[in-house]
Amino acid sequence: MRCLLVDVDILFKIAGIGIVVSILSKVLDEAGRKEQAQMTTLVGVVVVLMMVIQLVAELFSKVKTMFQLY
Amino acid sequence: MEIAQIVGMGLVATILVVLIEQEKPEIALQISIVVGVIIFLMMLDKIFAVINVLKDLSQRANINSLYMSTILKIIGISYIAEFGSQICKDAGSSSTATKIEFAAKITIMVLSLPILLAVLDLILGILP
Repeated sequence: MRCLLVDVDILFKIAGIGIVVSILSKVLDEAGRKEQAQMTTLVGVVVVLMMVIQLVAELFSKVKTMFQLY
Repeated sequence: MEIAQIVGMGLVATILVVLIEQEKPEIALQISIVVGVIIFLMMLDKIFAVINVLKDLSQRANINSLYMSTILKIIGISYIAEFGSQICKDAGSSSTATKIEFAAKITIMVLSLPILLAVLDLILGILP
């Protein structure tokens, strides 16, 4: 149960980051700063990727220990 | 009622993916990856129980532990490969998905070679 709560938190965090990044890049686009909009998108993707990679690594290590895949 | 939790989480995640997909499809893809990982992690404990029962049964039946561990490895490889290839297919790069499946098949074939050799030895022993 504890694990599930933390995990669902990650889901909402990622969705929030996605919405904020999309709004920011739209505003920057409207202001005529194409490069900064691009950079915002890139940073958002990288930040989310960091969180996702930790989760995927946990999954892989658990599967490895469970199925004796060394 | 774990299934209710999983279905609820899936529905919420689908709505979030549809919401974000028009603006930022790359982040929507990552949401779907996270949902897949979370559901898998929740089910892993149950798989562990089933595996323990299978190991117990195989020990009682005096089956060589090499065969059991090979089967377990094959199941693990196919779970991981299926996970990865489904995500690649979701993101629209089905050629990468096909290559992941190809690699999984080759790995499984290499793992199952000792069993194949054992079967061949058995057959050659039976033949006069």
